[in-house]
Amino acid sequence: MKTNDFIGMLANQTPSVDRRAPARRFALALLLGLVAAMLLMAAGLGLRPDLTQVVHLPMFWLRLTLPVGIASAAMWLTLRLSRPGVRIGARWAGLAAPVVVAWAGMAVVLARASTDSRVALVLGHTWRVCPILIALLSMPAFAAMLWAVRGMAPVRPRVTGAAVGLLAGATATVAYCLHCPEMSPAFWSTWYLLGMTIPATVGALIGPRVLRW
Amino acid sequence: MAISLSMDSSATTATFPTDRVTDGLSATEIELRGCFVLGLGGNAAQYRLFLDGLGSHLRAYLRRRLPRAQADVEDILQETLLAVHNARHTYRDDQPLTAWVHAIARYKLMDFFRAHSRREALHEPFEDDGSLFVDSDVEPADARRDVGRLLEALPDRHRLPIVFVKLQGLSVAEAAQRCGISESAVKVGVHRGLKALAARIRGGV
Repeated sequence: MKTNDFIGMLANQTPSVDRRAPARRFALALLLGLVAAMLLMAAGLGLRPDLTQVVHLPMFWLRLTLPVGIASAAMWLTLRLSRPGVRIGARWAGLAAPVVVAWAGMAVVLARASTDSRVALVLGHTWRVCPILIALLSMPAFAAMLWAVRGMAPVRPRVTGAAVGLLAGATATVAYCLHCPEMSPAFWSTWYLLGMTIPATVGALIGPRVLRW
Repeated sequence: MAISLSMDSSATTATFPTDRVTDGLSATEIELRGCFVLGLGGNAAQYRLFLDGLGSHLRAYLRRRLPRAQADVEDILQETLLAVHNARHTYRDDQPLTAWVHAIARYKLMDFFRAHSRREALHEPFEDDGSLFVDSDVEPADARRDVGRLLEALPDRHRLPIVFVKLQGLSVAEAAQRCGISESAVKVGVHRGLKALAARIRGGV
């Protein structure tokens, strides 16, 4: 086919475009992912019984800022990575900020604890299951966000896949915070992050295949 | 390169720089961008202008990038135009059109390199953003797809030898190995296949 005819064919498909469609699609995917993670958590794990009391503790909200901060940074990255030619540059650091804050908190807590209690603080009671549960809860958000990004045009599929996975993991962690009984920064700065890293790694692995266009 | 650098940095600013209208490169950017934005709003004539202009620039860009694969240029050009068309909702208003189009063209070009794993072509640098709108090549050429369509009409024993020997440049021995037939059968296949093709073209099929 001659390129001129080809162009004519493309131009004839009424090219009016809804510029807000991507934003709606991402919002829907985020909402679906969060609601699904909440339902899975409530049905499979259950809200923590003392939830009505712990919401009055500052540590409960401080703990929530870690996944919320990472989710915001990952959402922002995903939005930019799914459009061609949009640069990120030094603003990758936005992702590191919540992690640095959380690790600083962990360092303070561990420094003030006695030597023998440090390991117990890090491991808590649920370190064996915490990252796996987060990874499991992230699956609906993962699928929904991949669907949203597939409607865009990511030119760096591996990095985009990782950002999508991280976003899904952070969304799942928000839901998991309503179940998790662990309150020490030493615990959640370690295992929550590890839990989010699992879907992020999966995203980096499958990105080139799933996000091809 | 100073120009391309300034194009890059403007990708991150909120407003599009209008003080470079006098710049030859940015004039193209502004002109094409104007057509494109109107096209996004549903103006088919402006959209056609955009695709025509973009096609010329992309053709020149691809010809420079693929010095040893000129025959593939028109295929990749059409593929890239289709990608631009399909991804047109991903363009951000605060972004230079050059950066957006270049990212898509590069992605499609990498795709082509991966598929064909032409190692010598991979040594071509394609990092320089702004050079996309430097040249324009309006001379259209037929894509190789037509040859593909003609070839499809041939039986495998004629088609495969032609594809391997004449299009991919393999030796007769290599082609024979891939087809699983003898070397003389490959030669006969090429000969008879080309004859049949010539007859078809003369016949206007």
